Amino acid sequence: MNLGAVNLLAIRAIYLFEMSRMWRTLLQSIVSPVISTSLYFVVFGAALGSRMKAVDGVSYGAFIVPGLIMLSLLTQSIANASFGIYFPKFTGTIYEILSAPVTAGEIVLGYVGAAASKSLLLGLIILATARMFVHFGIAHPGVMVLFLVLTSATFSLFGFIIGIWADSFEKLNLTPLLIVTPLTFLGGSFYSINMLPPFWRTVTLFNPVVYLVSGFRWSFFGASDVSIRASLGMTLAFMVLCLAVVRWIFATGYRLKP
Amino acid sequence: MTTHPAAVSVRNVTKTYASGFTALQPVDLDIRSGEIFALLGPNGAGKTTLIGIICGIVNATTGVVLADGHDVVTDFRKARSKIGLVPQELTTDAFETVLATVTFSRGLFGKRADPAYVEKVLRDLSLWDRRNSRIMTLSGGMKRRVMIAKALSHEPRILFLDEPTAGVDVELRRDMWQMVRGLRASGVTIFLTTHYIEEAEEMADRIGVINGGRLLLVEDKAALMRKLGTSHLVVTVRQPLAEIPAALAKFDLALAAGGTELVYSYDAHADDNGLAALLHALNGSGLAVANLRTHDSSLEEIFVNLVHKSP
Repeated sequence: MNLGAVNLLAIRAIYLFEMSRMWRTLLQSIVSPVISTSLYFVVFGAALGSRMKAVDGVSYGAFIVPGLIMLSLLTQSIANASFGIYFPKFTGTIYEILSAPVTAGEIVLGYVGAAASKSLLLGLIILATARMFVHFGIAHPGVMVLFLVLTSATFSLFGFIIGIWADSFEKLNLTPLLIVTPLTFLGGSFYSINMLPPFWRTVTLFNPVVYLVSGFRWSFFGASDVSIRASLGMTLAFMVLCLAVVRWIFATGYRLKP
Repeated sequence: MTTHPAAVSVRNVTKTYASGFTALQPVDLDIRSGEIFALLGPNGAGKTTLIGIICGIVNATTGVVLADGHDVVTDFRKARSKIGLVPQELTTDAFETVLATVTFSRGLFGKRADPAYVEKVLRDLSLWDRRNSRIMTLSGGMKRRVMIAKALSHEPRILFLDEPTAGVDVELRRDMWQMVRGLRASGVTIFLTTHYIEEAEEMADRIGVINGGRLLLVEDKAALMRKLGTSHLVVTVRQPLAEIPAALAKFDLALAAGGTELVYSYDAHADDNGLAALLHALNGSGLAVANLRTHDSSLEEIFVNLVHKSP
């Protein structure tokens, strides 16, 4: 027991418990997103891409790789984390977490850590899959890994918040479906925002996903729609916002403790 | 000064939910170390809310709870590490195996893996043979055992059993009683709520009765039954009676068993409970008496009386 310090054994228990769910549902957790992303590469990269002009000197097939990885990373981080915490709420087994000698930080580390690990693993698998369809290089591998980790962690935190907020499976699916997927599609995954008319380019800058995709793309090609500093700053700012919300949730017991 | 240190101390605890419903009026309660304490009350009396507050599942509106001397809010790590909880609902990880879920519980409470201890718990609960079965494949009674195994996995010193035998068959209920006695013998303090009053009567050292969020009383079981219990004298006559004979009319008798029994209820501890006068009158009444027997009222009768009298 790590009384007075960090309850590492509890974090490990939650983490391994959540990871075991991934192996149990391998088809849904890994295979399914890899297949759907591969289809994007086949259709947009290999089939249509060969007929499209290069964007910023990068072939279209390669250009969409960072955006597609980001698309999977965002949706899977949210899905994993939201389901991870919603399911024990739904079944009632959350009582055990709430009555255990664990802090809010340890609970979050266990659940969000597992969700982020799964998406990170998925991102790397999709990256390897993409190499089978298109050729590209990675100009800044360190920054690429940093973006992968930051995005997985931040959007797993966001998913955790959705999982706490949701009181039905419908609500659980609502946010990713109605907000995250459209923002991702409109966030420059398939195009450079410089292709847009000036008005829509300005509007697009209010979409946080633009900064993620742009920063991630910079790590591949050394070129991006917005500066790398702005991308990192926005990602960190969103992470801090999510952490503040999670802190408030545990301080008030919102939808956890009556 | 008590000879038993309090395993759990509840002081001025109240709970009013966001809806405005007051589930607990100010409650003060000490659970003695090493005892079996049974909390009785009808549905919605506040039993589960009180357990929830002690175990950290529900936020109290006011008051302080100490578990083994540790505040359950400000020193929750130490407090909760002493507590095991078996909730009322059968809430289990349906897709996990028995062994995995019990191992998870031990880790969650910050205990290092101890396969030998986990095996002992599972064997004691007759779960060892099903350790690799998914929980969804188990019967309701077996799931209840799994929940107990989870609660015991981190070797708690205080065990909360919220309606532990609800919906389980008689055999399993007897097994559980045996297990609870064994735990008490090893020094574990047991706090149980139950609908089965015979369970409290059979198991508890002390009994609390709660209704409408108000703790009506806390007493040693024997003292409670002595204090609030009523004794009954049952006189069996050879010929059925249509009414109470005139010679016995001044006694508050009731006819039962189709007129073959006369029942007299009295306080066995009262100085003048009228028993001697009744027996004298019975002797002079000319009734052909076949049998005489007495019995004390059950905890159930005491409980129903208390709950019905409470505001």
